[in-house]
Amino acid sequence: MKLPCPLCGSRDRREFYYMGTEDYLTRAGEGASLDDLDNQLFLRDNPAGLTRDLWYHEQGCGAWMVVTRNTVSHAVLAAELVAGRNKGAKDAH
Amino acid sequence: MRYSGLKVITQGLLGNKGWGPAWRSPEPKAEYDAIIIGGGGHGLSTAYYLAKNHGLTNIAVLEKGYLGGGNIGRNTTIVRANYYMPGNSEFYSHSLKLWEGLEAELNYNVMHSQRGQLVLCHSDGQRDTLARRGNAMINQGDDAELWSRERVREEVPYLDFEQTRFPIYGGLMHRRGGTARHDAVAWGYARGADRRGVDLIQNCEVTGIDIENGVVRGVQTTRGPIRAKKVGMVVAGRSSQVAAMAGMRLPIESHVLQAFVTEGLKPIIDHVISFGMGHFYISQSDKGGLVFGGDIDFYSSYASRGNLPMVEHVMEAGMTLMPMIGRAKVLRSWGGIMDMTPDGSPIIDKTHIEGLFVDAGWNYGGFKAVPASGWCMAHLMATGESHDVAKRFRLDRFRTGEVMDEEGTGSQHNLH
Repeated sequence: MKLPCPLCGSRDRREFYYMGTEDYLTRAGEGASLDDLDNQLFLRDNPAGLTRDLWYHEQGCGAWMVVTRNTVSHAVLAAELVAGRNKGAKDAH
Repeated sequence: MRYSGLKVITQGLLGNKGWGPAWRSPEPKAEYDAIIIGGGGHGLSTAYYLAKNHGLTNIAVLEKGYLGGGNIGRNTTIVRANYYMPGNSEFYSHSLKLWEGLEAELNYNVMHSQRGQLVLCHSDGQRDTLARRGNAMINQGDDAELWSRERVREEVPYLDFEQTRFPIYGGLMHRRGGTARHDAVAWGYARGADRRGVDLIQNCEVTGIDIENGVVRGVQTTRGPIRAKKVGMVVAGRSSQVAAMAGMRLPIESHVLQAFVTEGLKPIIDHVISFGMGHFYISQSDKGGLVFGGDIDFYSSYASRGNLPMVEHVMEAGMTLMPMIGRAKVLRSWGGIMDMTPDGSPIIDKTHIEGLFVDAGWNYGGFKAVPASGWCMAHLMATGESHDVAKRFRLDRFRTGEVMDEEGTGSQHNLH
């Protein structure tokens, strides 16, 4: 499997660290309830099909990216930098 | 029909014409007292113990494919009770005791072979950890022996003791650990459940779960609606999809775990051997094939096939541990879908919907748990109370913080 890093181009899967779904980017924030935290950290849609998840280009440019891919076919459809998203997303780092 | 040695001989003399099917293929009824979704190892053992221990026989197992066609049909067949944490320790201990009586219980040869499991250590720290784990196992009433390097060399001289990167410091021998014939476990439970009146319904996919005012009423299936007061979801690999039918999100992410089998060889590996540094484990099947595996692929997937980096990693770990297997040819490899929970431990619990129960999240360790999982799930569904040895397998333990991280690797789904 190769992932299309927006900065480095198409790179081998071995260069990346996988963290989990993009749920991690939506911080529950101050005053969050246990349910909010549970939702952010543990509960998952876990789709059989399209998913968006976080990958870190550990052995490359060091960028975090959100990859859109299919969990059934392993097709990789798109990747965007987490840093290029809205401010709320940036706060996650 | 009760199987026996005499039956085998007489049937042999009569041309084997007298064997009947091991279970019926009934049409689904309109209503049952309880429904188990999923005809894998855990679902079938749940049905068996519901009938045997709790006298519930008006029940059905609904399977979308064929019985035992999921992970029970493809795994590395290891049976062990070497857990450390309270909550896990007593559960797997209970499971191993059930394994030890399983063939007599089911009147079925599951080829349970207690050949011993040897976990190796490669540093002083790791040896201390193994000693601690061994003590926990002994305190639980199970068996463990801490072996020195010399003792390991005596028993398994073919390991690479001379290497400098991961020198072998010793190991923990769990004599009662071993392997079993995975398909036979599903078939034995299926036959046992069927004989007690359980309807095993194949090619019957659940497409919806009927809930009214927070109470489960039954399920919609490809073979029509079926009413039931109690429904158990026992569908490892597809837990999130089935739970979504009840409007639930589970603390589960699905990952692929690969395993490999070589051509048949003469007996060479007597035990189950686990490498302490590379997550590699190996045993030899009764047919002679070396059966081995490693880690999950580390990213969520439902593809039922793995990726090359993990294939390479597993082969490298195997060659590091025992270079002698380098000339064995790998015949096949496969990938199964694992329910990964954030702490690596399973779930056997009620849900917020009355009458709806869940047995899921077995990570990559579900096979050895099949007897106790069914035993405890049946107890829960019949009595409404968690069984003592499974009471920590709570669905809400991540919300409450009462996690059971056996490996101590943190609360991320792919880290276990």
